[in-house]
Amino acid sequence: MSTTDAGPAVAEDAAVRRPAVQTPFQRFVADYTESRLATIAFVALIVTMLLALIAPWIVPQNPYDLAQVDIMDSRLVPGTPASSGKYTHWLGTDGAGRDLVSAMLYGLRISLAVGVMSGLIAMALGAAIGLVAAYVGGKVESLIMRIVDLQLSFPAILVALMLIAILGKGVDKIIIALVTVQWAYYARTVRGSALVESRKEYVEAARCLGLSNGRILFGHILPNCLPPLIVVVTVQTAHAISLEATLSFLGVGLPQTEPSLGLLISNGFQYMLSGEYWISFFPGLVLLMTIVVINLVGDQLRDVLNPRLSK
Amino acid sequence: MSGSDQAAIEPTLAVSGLKTHFFTKAGVVKAVDGVSLHVNPGEILGLVGESGSGKSITGFSILGLIDAPGRIVEGSIRYKGRELTTSSDEELRSLRGDRIAMIFQDPMMTLNPVLRIDTQMIETVHVHHRVSKAEALERARAALAEVGIPSPESRLKNYPHELSGGMRQRVAIAIAFINKPDLIIADEPTTALDVTIQAQILAEAQALCARTGTAMIWITHDLAVVSSLADRIAVMYAGRIVETGRTADVVSAPRHPYTQGLINSVPSHNVRGSRLNQIPGMTPSLINLPKGCAFRTRCPQAIDACLEPPPIREIGPGREVRCFNPVGVARPATAEAAP
Amino acid sequence: MTAYIIRRLMQSAAVVLAMSVIVFLGLHVVGDPVYLLIDPQADQAEIERTIRRLGLDQPIWMQYFHFLKGALSGDLGKSFVHGTSALKLIVERMPATLEIAIAATLMAILLGIPLGLYAGLKPDSFASKSIMATSILGFSLPTFWVGIMMIMVFAVMLGWLPSTGRGPTATFLGITSSLFTIDGLRHITMPALNLALLKISLVIRLTRAGTREAIHQDYIKFARAKGIPTSRIVGVHLLKNIMIPVVTVLGLEFGSLIAFSVVTETIFAWPGMGKLLIDSIQTLDRPIIVAYLIIIVMLFVVINLIVDILYSILDPRVRIGEKSA
Repeated sequence: MSTTDAGPAVAEDAAVRRPAVQTPFQRFVADYTESRLATIAFVALIVTMLLALIAPWIVPQNPYDLAQVDIMDSRLVPGTPASSGKYTHWLGTDGAGRDLVSAMLYGLRISLAVGVMSGLIAMALGAAIGLVAAYVGGKVESLIMRIVDLQLSFPAILVALMLIAILGKGVDKIIIALVTVQWAYYARTVRGSALVESRKEYVEAARCLGLSNGRILFGHILPNCLPPLIVVVTVQTAHAISLEATLSFLGVGLPQTEPSLGLLISNGFQYMLSGEYWISFFPGLVLLMTIVVINLVGDQLRDVLNPRLSK
Repeated sequence: MSGSDQAAIEPTLAVSGLKTHFFTKAGVVKAVDGVSLHVNPGEILGLVGESGSGKSITGFSILGLIDAPGRIVEGSIRYKGRELTTSSDEELRSLRGDRIAMIFQDPMMTLNPVLRIDTQMIETVHVHHRVSKAEALERARAALAEVGIPSPESRLKNYPHELSGGMRQRVAIAIAFINKPDLIIADEPTTALDVTIQAQILAEAQALCARTGTAMIWITHDLAVVSSLADRIAVMYAGRIVETGRTADVVSAPRHPYTQGLINSVPSHNVRGSRLNQIPGMTPSLINLPKGCAFRTRCPQAIDACLEPPPIREIGPGREVRCFNPVGVARPATAEAAP
Repeated sequence: MTAYIIRRLMQSAAVVLAMSVIVFLGLHVVGDPVYLLIDPQADQAEIERTIRRLGLDQPIWMQYFHFLKGALSGDLGKSFVHGTSALKLIVERMPATLEIAIAATLMAILLGIPLGLYAGLKPDSFASKSIMATSILGFSLPTFWVGIMMIMVFAVMLGWLPSTGRGPTATFLGITSSLFTIDGLRHITMPALNLALLKISLVIRLTRAGTREAIHQDYIKFARAKGIPTSRIVGVHLLKNIMIPVVTVLGLEFGSLIAFSVVTETIFAWPGMGKLLIDSIQTLDRPIIVAYLIIIVMLFVVINLIVDILYSILDPRVRIGEKSA
């Protein structure tokens, strides 16, 4: 009699207690997966990144190996078999006879690489500057924040165009331009949260322990600024990819030898008016999906990581 | 005044059995759960209760301004014999601001910050009466003068933020009175003001009602305020009226333990230096009210009978109380309850 | 008010001066001015002459002084390609760009505010949810790709609208614009809509958020208690409060419209200053780039000034704050 009574009670107890032993990461995962759309977006993002990573091993053709590309195959309608007969151009070919599926995956690789790399460099640079501004304060801080405000008052595309006009074309130049455009967002975000964090008691405690400034900044304050930073990274990476595509489309971005999605779209644009839509359309769709997926993930991250919204 | 005369007076407003519930995700909030009250022409009724007791919702229900997820589920609201709960939105709209007006709690929030005072006053005239702009402006000026605003002409050209809180509340009162309504519902209009200004506004409101014959429902949590202002008092607790009567009777001899608690917690009733008397416990959640009498869990003289919901009982002329064991009344034969 | 405008004008002048230092440093310290400002086709004697004319052999503060003097007298160099004054070339192209930016702003107001109001007043309806989903998409879509798709659908597949160029202009009230001819309107519809998409999304979000916030305010409830009809509550009480942030943001975004017209003008072959800039970057016609940069900075400063003044006119609270200050 007593055992039957205890059974359900124990089970219930465990059920009640389980959320309490969740690690923060487990809670984060649980919160994140509450939205089906965001979960799908996350999976799609992983798939996109994997596809870009392994592109050289899965595409039928290396679109930039002239030996493999036949100019006679140019502008083939989707579904046409290649003249070599080895494979089918499921999404057609572009103006130079490159298989579009292959060109797109290579383009995706370049777009993602440029976007992510510029995002990471800008984050490192911006976060460091923002931290210093918050920690040093005074004239240094107001000078840095003035520069940030001034730069953010001009549209990103304008700043990027000007830099490219001065620096010239090339992958490295594009990354410099994208970093210049983005660092200010990171600096502003990190300064904001660092100011909040540095007033908290644990920083005071760390100071009392006699820890060095650098240790307090990077070991204690920075980790607590990470949640907003992660959100900005996702949103800014999507911006960077979009901006790079725009610049490449305008013909002032990446060179023809390293065609990103933007350049593919640009190359196909001239055939658009004659009805050969696929050369621009499919790369555009991939670009769009990539940006939307990153934005969806970023949106959900903001909701989950925002301390004001968490219960 | 003979008894038959009194019966002939038709109340300006008669509410009976009003229930306004809010259907939220957490459950049904019974904000107003069977309220009955009436006001006669020229009379001021003080509706007293803590925040969350449903007194403001009662006011909004009368005006037909309950938004989803809330709605009036039961009861009747009769304005001069006209049923309002079944009136169309348009009929209610044409009554609002014309025959029945309302004054809100926070004067800093009630006036639209980007519209001039004259615009906000004139529109109140224009939506109800076909008069010229000059005529409407004249009425606005007169209404401002009526509530004791100096140089109303120039105040009309002001934006709300250029006026002090007391001034703004006077403007709001002037807007409420501008169409000479039959009834004004004042929802804690002096709570946000300084004590001195509070007294002025109370005196002005009282004088205005007497002068114009406008009936008024003065909603407040402050018994001290209504005791100097109202003709009658209705005390509300957890969505129900627990005691009504003439102001002097209720204040000098409260019958419901809750009313007594309210009166005892007014600081002037306490001896200096002694602890303030508070009603123990907290306002109950309206989703999950105690069974029986809602005040039972906080009541110093609850008895077993209180486990059943007490009905409202008449204990004198115009004097009603909702309690099995009222204060100052010999207990019913409950020998076992006595020590 | 006048004191305020004078103060703002002085601030603006300071910003322009600061920007001129940045532009100058960008050209003369980060980049190589000889390479940036002298026609690559010039021979050695020509180069030396230009170096002397531009004062590039002088100390850097003298060079800045020269640069400033030239800029103030409207001399920003000659286009290598066109052989005429760079400033004049840009000013000639400016009306077309302003025209498309104004048309896009109008679209953002005329489409964004009603849609945002609807989504704010009826947040749970299917239509509102669709509006919001579309506006989120509007933020994600790269402008240039949308432009291409518009050409594909409306010009190539349906044949409704012309895909490129600016239509004929007409003069009305002293303003010459293609907005006053039927064919001109047909030409501007797609580019303006393309440019406006982001701003429409932005206005929808702003209006919706403002509406959601305002309808719970006491002053709206008080207006209802006064018996004001819903149409007037929405059209006067609500809209006037929402217009303040919307106009401010749209004003500030006008500069970004002009910057983004670079993309739209390229897609639709719209003969504005943005297209000129891209052409100049590709042909290395640097005096035009410099002139464009200086003009756009001035434009931004002027726009910010106008928006600030407009804001203080719209919001009575700000106006008084300035008067008493």
